[in-house]
Amino acid sequence: MSVRRLAKEQPTSFAFTPENLEKAKWWMAKFPPGRQQSAVIALLWLAQKQEGWVCEPALRAVAELLGMPVMRVFECATFYTMFQLEPVGKTAFVQVCGTTPCLICGADKLIETLESEIGPRNHVSADGRFSWEEVECMGACSNAPMAAINDRYYEDLTPESLKRLLDEFRAGRTPEPGSQIGRHGAAPVGGPLVLTEPSLYDGSRAKPIKLPNAPEPA
Amino acid sequence: MVGLLQDKDRVFTNIYGLHDWGLEGALQRGIWNGIADMMAMTPEWICDQIKNSGLRGRGGAGFGTGLKWTFMPKQESERPHYLVVNADESEPGACKDREILRNEPHRLLEGCVLACRAMRAHDCFIYIRGEYVLEREHLEAAIVQAAEAGLIGSNTKIGWDVNIRVTHGGGAYICGDEMALLESLEGKKGQPRLKPPFPAGSGVYGCPTTVNNVESISVTPEIIRRGAEWFAGIGRPNNTGVKLMAASGHVNRPCVVEEAMGIPVRQLIDDHFGGVRGGWGNLKAIIPGGVSMAVITPEQAEGALMDFDSLKELRSGLGTGTMTVMDKDTDVVRAIARVAYFFKHESCGQCTPCREGTGWMWRVMERMVTGEADPKEIDTLLDVASQIDGHTICALGDAAAWPIQGLFRHFRHEVEERIASYRARRPHVQGATLQAAE
Repeated sequence: MSVRRLAKEQPTSFAFTPENLEKAKWWMAKFPPGRQQSAVIALLWLAQKQEGWVCEPALRAVAELLGMPVMRVFECATFYTMFQLEPVGKTAFVQVCGTTPCLICGADKLIETLESEIGPRNHVSADGRFSWEEVECMGACSNAPMAAINDRYYEDLTPESLKRLLDEFRAGRTPEPGSQIGRHGAAPVGGPLVLTEPSLYDGSRAKPIKLPNAPEPA
Repeated sequence: MVGLLQDKDRVFTNIYGLHDWGLEGALQRGIWNGIADMMAMTPEWICDQIKNSGLRGRGGAGFGTGLKWTFMPKQESERPHYLVVNADESEPGACKDREILRNEPHRLLEGCVLACRAMRAHDCFIYIRGEYVLEREHLEAAIVQAAEAGLIGSNTKIGWDVNIRVTHGGGAYICGDEMALLESLEGKKGQPRLKPPFPAGSGVYGCPTTVNNVESISVTPEIIRRGAEWFAGIGRPNNTGVKLMAASGHVNRPCVVEEAMGIPVRQLIDDHFGGVRGGWGNLKAIIPGGVSMAVITPEQAEGALMDFDSLKELRSGLGTGTMTVMDKDTDVVRAIARVAYFFKHESCGQCTPCREGTGWMWRVMERMVTGEADPKEIDTLLDVASQIDGHTICALGDAAAWPIQGLFRHFRHEVEERIASYRARRPHVQGATLQAAE
């Protein structure tokens, strides 16, 4: 388990923007009547996208929208580690994966880079623009090591490419996510060795078929 | 030819995202082909086909998918039936469902429709992990496309209405457990429920529910289109079909690839992953499928096949079929200590053996990395691991114990040497002087 508490300093109020309120309603409509509580993670995420982090007034706002006890929302916000309970860097919030597959591919070097470029973990840099944390597996292991910056995956990183990415963000640009060594998705370096058969893509798979083993019509 | 499987037998033809993932590209690649004919079949026929194909769940546990579907009630009642797709891929090493979600979303939707027909359900939730933001966007877009084309939603033109909705998690590994996932889907913290009742009797909102992995659901329409015999003809009995496999770590060309079940581990690494960095002789250990599976040695890997039974014989497991390869430069003790930290971080805190045990094991493992331990502690550690394994509500406790048990099965000498050399340098450490005197 990880111990997570709300930030000491909290804003006095929180309100969803009209646009986000619309989105919140859309989420709530996904679930059967009386089951709106199911949208709690989605709504907390919306609040986090709006403010950059999840503050205590936001928990109350979500609880009110969903008609559930504040304590139940509080439980979710502290249980799910994707919710940032303290402010994070406004320009770039780096989540570097440190779990075994990334670790053995050099994640500790990335962590050193972040320490020297941004500062200690879980602390926003003095100008308020950057912060970083180490996260558990993000599910991009074939493209290890990786880091998610502002929710986009940057893969196949080296300390140099990570540094370059941070410079881009510093200059106000958003670099292209994905592999930083030119791989296409999870294809191997140099391009795929399989799926070269043209008939897979020329539409011959879309021709009408008769299902095998189908019972004879009575 | 590379590997065992021919291109014509591959299901996921856009796994690298080189083609259009949208509806148009999907139709061109044969997705949604014959869906109306499939809907005209009885649920029993569909379940029989999937059973005959031998498809076993691709999420790690390997339970028969067709059999699971038959557990659902045979009659619709006032309680709606639900299909829940587990897209909460969070196991370190596993990175296969992500490729389906972002590059083949229509294949998943098609599978959802088929599975819903097979279990008489009209409602489907896809629970995707929160960090997969891009993947969720693709999925939402694909749902809009499919609804506009009259394939899903209400009053569809295919003869069976399925309402598919995407919801997401909040970065908790535990929600990959089906009972925790259902709790999370209901808007609670993801602490697994006790079984029974099983989801097929009382799942989400107390209604009959089946939870399936993304890959299991996505391959089913192709099985119906080509016939159960086609799928059953690949691999060996009890381990049939095609499977997404992947490598991370010290191989020359890590990637995700679709292969036949039962491909030799070495052939998979050499053909698809460009071989081990520095050659096969430089291999130290392999975690065959997600870090909760025990490590295997190069000698074991030499004769092993990538399937459920072969890896089980080695007291490891296929898991998700996504291996982590470690070469001789790897500190395997540190690698497993990091795994222990992962489980400590992800324990939901509900069961005492797991909540206290994972943290305790991690702290001891960290000392094993430096050698700052007593040789006797190894047995204590294994004893504690065996007390966690099988004594918790969900499988996270087991998953936390297995990698540590696996490490000491094969690399105990390495830890013992580490402890000895730590002590040799520090004569004041109790036990070290005794050893020197002998």
